[in-house]
Amino acid sequence: MDQGEVLLKLEGISKYYGSFKANDQISLEILPGEIHALLGENGAGKSTLVKMLYGSLQPDEGRIIWEGQEVHVPNPAAARDLGVGMVFQHFSLFDALTVAENVALALPPGKSLKQVAKELEEISTSYGLPLKANARIHDLSVGERQRVEIVRCLLQHPKLIIMDEPTSVLTPQEAEDLFKVLRRLSDEGKAILYISHKLAEVQALCQEATILRHGKVVGECVPGDETPISLAKMMVGSDIHEISPRDVAVAHGDVMLQVKSLSLSGLSGFDTALKDISFMLHAGEISGIAGIAGNGQNELFDAVSGERVSEEECILIKGEPVGNMGIQKRRKLGAMFISEERLGHAAVPEFALSENVILTRHGLDKSLNKGPFVSRRAAKKVKDDIVAKFDVRKGSSDPTAQSLSGGNLQKFVLGREVMGDAEIIVVNQPTWGVDAGSAAHIRQWLVDLAAKGAAVLVISQDLDELFEVADAIATLNEGRLSPFVPTRSTDRHKIGLQMTSGTLEQA
Amino acid sequence: MGMTEAILLTIATAATPLLIAALGELVVERSGVLNLGVEGMMIMGAVGGFAAASLTGNPWIGILIAILFGAITSLAFAFLTLSLAANQVATGLALTILGLGLSGLIGEPFVGQAGIKLSNISIPVLTDLPLVGPLLFGQDPIFYMSIALVIGVAWFLFRTRFGLTLRSIGDNHISAHALGIPVLRYRYFAVMFGGACAGLAGGHLSLVYTPQWVENMSAGRGWIALALVVFASWRPARVLAGAYLFGAVSIGQLHAQALGVGVPSQLLTALPYIATIVVLVLISQNVRTTLINTPAMLGRAFVPER
Repeated sequence: MDQGEVLLKLEGISKYYGSFKANDQISLEILPGEIHALLGENGAGKSTLVKMLYGSLQPDEGRIIWEGQEVHVPNPAAARDLGVGMVFQHFSLFDALTVAENVALALPPGKSLKQVAKELEEISTSYGLPLKANARIHDLSVGERQRVEIVRCLLQHPKLIIMDEPTSVLTPQEAEDLFKVLRRLSDEGKAILYISHKLAEVQALCQEATILRHGKVVGECVPGDETPISLAKMMVGSDIHEISPRDVAVAHGDVMLQVKSLSLSGLSGFDTALKDISFMLHAGEISGIAGIAGNGQNELFDAVSGERVSEEECILIKGEPVGNMGIQKRRKLGAMFISEERLGHAAVPEFALSENVILTRHGLDKSLNKGPFVSRRAAKKVKDDIVAKFDVRKGSSDPTAQSLSGGNLQKFVLGREVMGDAEIIVVNQPTWGVDAGSAAHIRQWLVDLAAKGAAVLVISQDLDELFEVADAIATLNEGRLSPFVPTRSTDRHKIGLQMTSGTLEQA
Repeated sequence: MGMTEAILLTIATAATPLLIAALGELVVERSGVLNLGVEGMMIMGAVGGFAAASLTGNPWIGILIAILFGAITSLAFAFLTLSLAANQVATGLALTILGLGLSGLIGEPFVGQAGIKLSNISIPVLTDLPLVGPLLFGQDPIFYMSIALVIGVAWFLFRTRFGLTLRSIGDNHISAHALGIPVLRYRYFAVMFGGACAGLAGGHLSLVYTPQWVENMSAGRGWIALALVVFASWRPARVLAGAYLFGAVSIGQLHAQALGVGVPSQLLTALPYIATIVVLVLISQNVRTTLINTPAMLGRAFVPER
């Protein structure tokens, strides 16, 4: 390739936070029309790097060369002027505004809202991404929101489009549609920097890949020439632990958790209402609930755990009606709950780990109480036990919850809940934002718990995870739960269709 | 001028300061900032306006200084909560306490002095028309400013790009920042606009409503203005309706007292405040609508990533 053709070249880009190197001497090149993957685990520095390209952050060292010229990108507007567009991972949309208003905000001033609306409807139809300009964002599905982001980006006529984990919120079918659009953009000569940790899609889509680990470039390759295992090795830096299966032939035991005709209205305008949900969970069984974010997963978790109370008869733990009981009473019956948000929900960010132990275990573990007082020594002992048994890596002996990495905190939270005699475990998004190494351990523990006779309910958006651990899978779609089907008799495609079938019927 | 006209005129006069202060706070809250210091900024405007008017003899200079005092007081709030990311609730409460105390100090020499009233306008023939004459063409200049302000704020928020940008910041300041919108600059302007409005409302109190200086003369109107913004679910036209409803109740109770209605006067005096509480309770019944209309970032500090 001729040097003059290079669209974007990064030379020795570094970004420091104190002594922590978020990005360390990163260099890469992107050609026009190329779909270039930026691969790496959570925390490898991918987002930091693209934020610098897009002008949201400033590099401490290094040069950005755009079409042969060294450039300085002081803010996102400057990046857009150069021809860099971005589709964010956590959508950067404004819920209370309309589609047209959202798009107008990212365009240079001078166009009326009507013009913007007209142009966006034209471009969205021509790319097969239909949108209504006057719809409000909070009424749109996640897939539609991503369309808004993409169309907003296209209207700026970019030469390079940065896509930050675009498929993490999509069903397999929606992802296929997205890939078609991306291939077409690539044919039109637009370069795409595609950030992901999903290896299969990178192999299917990307012509080049740069792999980051701990803020450094650890490899460059043509993804099609590699195997998923070799890519994963480069990403993680070691071999990934494979789940050792348990003997599923063991007959399932008693019904441990039962949900009967559970309906709950949404608390606020943004919540999903649960509609007539019924299922049973047996001892020794792992059941998985799949679904796209925002289809009632959090509401279901809250109802099962007792964060929200319902009709008494709607939820039974070991046959005892508990629907109107609080979370502590349900824990005393042997049920444990691990919520999606680690920081701020499962753990208090500013509290030490030992203090976080007390928060959920004080009613169960009598050793933690000395009369009306708390025994800090006993709490520290429990903390040490969890840390040792669940391999929690930490800086000091009793650090605050917020100082732990996502994976280590998740291991700690899981350990805290299952240390006692957990007979029922309900976990929401167990490995969301957790590094691949820790995620494999967490899945293994869930499998081991079931092998010892616990009933496990896993709510997850990660289909790979569910197919790896669950015996049966159901999907949650707009607050309705499908029947559970054995994992062996279904596949990703069928589950993916189920995840959206409600929306298809409506369309 | 008949009795009906007189009552309607006093209602407008009672509603105007509430309307102006609430419109200012509406813009502040639409940008995602909660300034509970409206009462403090208002009383600073009242004392500044009165002092300037009585020193210069010109009520218009009083009005100007009132606006300036409100804006300067709000600048202290803006610096603490925006540049230093201090807690908005605590800072707003402190601003109210500071304003009430400081205004007492500044106003000390002016206690008991006769004030200068900003006179009502008068247009030959038109003002003399029955009923509509005094109401439409014979009020004080600030009344007309308040109506213009309702239209201006509505137009700004929903018809201009700056207004759209301001609303987007109130909805999600992280996204706004990611798009390259200068979040803090917009918020500074919004907070100072709110301060200027509160100051003007204060000036109206000490130069039009009751042209004299009395300590604590804002008498909780700043808090009512705050409640009005919620009552109006952050929409300018509804602020107008709310301010006049409240004005009508507070004037109505005065007339009821004068007529000797058999209800303790304390209860009647409390009526406007009871009305505020009742309306707020009624509004919070519909959690869904309130939540969707509320600026999502209200009261949350924004610290840009570096």
